[in-house]
Amino acid sequence: MSAPLLRVTGLTRAFGGLVAVNALSFGVRPGEILGLLGPNGSGKTTALNLISGALAPDAGRVELEGRLVSGLPAHRIARLGIARTFQLVRPLPAMSCTENVLAGLAFGRDAAWDGEALERAEALLALVGLGGKGHLPAEVLTYVDQKRLELARALALSPRLLLLDEWLAGLNPTELRDGIALIHSLREEGRTVLMVEHVMDAVRSLCDRCVVMNAGARIAEGPPAEVLADREVIRAYLGAEDA
Amino acid sequence: MSRNALIFALLVLAALSAVPWLDSGFWLALSINIAQYAVLATAWAVFSGPTRYVSLATAAFFGIGAYTVAVLGEALPWPAVLAAAGVIGVLVSLLVGFATLRLSGVYFVVFTFGLAELIRQLVTWFEVNVTRTIGRYVFLDITQAQIYWQLLGLFGLLLILGTWLRASRLGFALRVIGEDEMVARHVGIDTARAKIALFALSALFMILTGAVMAPRWTYLDPAIAFNPTTSFQVLIMALLGGVHALLGPLLGVVPMALLFEVLSANFPNHFSILLGAVFMLVVYAVPRGVIGLLARTQRRRVA
Ligand SMILES: Nc1ncnc2c1ncn2[C@@H]1O[C@H](COP(=O)(O)OP(=O)(O)OP(=O)(O)O)[C@@H](O)[C@H]1O
Ligand SMILES: [Mg+2]
Repeated sequence: MSAPLLRVTGLTRAFGGLVAVNALSFGVRPGEILGLLGPNGSGKTTALNLISGALAPDAGRVELEGRLVSGLPAHRIARLGIARTFQLVRPLPAMSCTENVLAGLAFGRDAAWDGEALERAEALLALVGLGGKGHLPAEVLTYVDQKRLELARALALSPRLLLLDEWLAGLNPTELRDGIALIHSLREEGRTVLMVEHVMDAVRSLCDRCVVMNAGARIAEGPPAEVLADREVIRAYLGAEDA
Repeated sequence: MSRNALIFALLVLAALSAVPWLDSGFWLALSINIAQYAVLATAWAVFSGPTRYVSLATAAFFGIGAYTVAVLGEALPWPAVLAAAGVIGVLVSLLVGFATLRLSGVYFVVFTFGLAELIRQLVTWFEVNVTRTIGRYVFLDITQAQIYWQLLGLFGLLLILGTWLRASRLGFALRVIGEDEMVARHVGIDTARAKIALFALSALFMILTGAVMAPRWTYLDPAIAFNPTTSFQVLIMALLGGVHALLGPLLGVVPMALLFEVLSANFPNHFSILLGAVFMLVVYAVPRGVIGLLARTQRRRVA
């Protein structure tokens, strides 16, 4: 078993009295797609925020390739190789699609500026299915295309680890199929992905392993088929849905 | 601004430097006034345009420049006085930047407004208790024409720097910050450092404007140097002209400088009230500034 690319140990964060992430530990191996599952409000987005540096943890550690990154500001973490998309899409609205991707290229780990950056931006836009839309302002794109744009911007950072927060949510069946194929192609390239996802078909077809959270804590870990059959996991989901 | 537009603007400035030979009275005084606000409003917009942080620190930096001249003007040669003003002001702006640019919008506005007042009180306290002089005379061998030329030079320099900035990675970083600061941090932009750098650059031009203008008053005290009205006038002008193009603020400066001239000449006792009314009109009528309106009509024409 290879050493983890990302190791999360005892990660904890509270908002007032609510412990949103509670002593969470798991690892992500190089080249794998790890699913982070759990009912609404179980702390998945907060966990991503703690990993990307959007929030600082109250306790616990995040290590990338053995290097402690928790506590660093988000821009340092981004430059060390963790890129993300946001659950509520955050394009740079008044900027063109090309500029959105340039934003990911200009300051990252493998930064590019000028002519070379433009070429790479076009290639990334084509990769996510936005070829030829580079000149459009991001705000006129459809919801799906804004999600694609965010992915291109995250990929522009040449990340060692890509964090996707419900990137497939809200897509129609055709878009969903394309989206799954796109993430699949990322795996073929050898990228490492940590994805929060509610779309179970996608989880089954994409994830090597899953970590399931409930009320901030990890309740299961293993291959998708196994964790989705786990009694405690079923209870957590059903409980949340019945409530 | 494109390179050609920049060259054209610099040629216009060169032509405008002839004003003192044509008239040394009213028109020169008016030109100085316009040139002063042109530098201040453009410098304001260089920072506030891309970052969308509304700064009311203009009076603080202008005052630091002016007051440094009042204190050091006769002790040092002129270039050294300007350099001293620049160094002091940039240090203050870095300090303020570190303290405030981590704050979000509203806190920043309030803090920068308080800053001018704080510095004014500190200087007054120092003058009263330590030097025991309140108010200083500025007798320097600098003519009105020289003041005007220095302001034109500052404005030209600002246009060159502004054009370079827009095409630079720092300028791009600031636009990303203006769009979404959270995203900016997540693509690797050190947002605090970028904002502080730009804040200091903008402050430097305000300081130098204050320093260059100081010899115009023969008498200067902290209340004149750190007059908060300056901050508001500059804000109104820049908003009216539009902050998203380098020459945008200038479109607000020219009509407003003329209007303020008329208002303060005819209604000296009600100037503040009228200023407030003008401010509200500008903000309600043209929230994105004249340049924003122009861009909108142009887009409509294309569509
Ligand atoms: N900034 C915040 N301030 C206060 N409470 C927060 C904050 N962010 C999240 N929470 C709370 O923490 C808990 C976990 O939220 P989080 O967004 O991490 O859940 P999630 O698993 O991503 O849910 P979903 O599936 O709905 O996206 C929720 O109860 C939420 O209300
Ligand atoms: Mg979430």
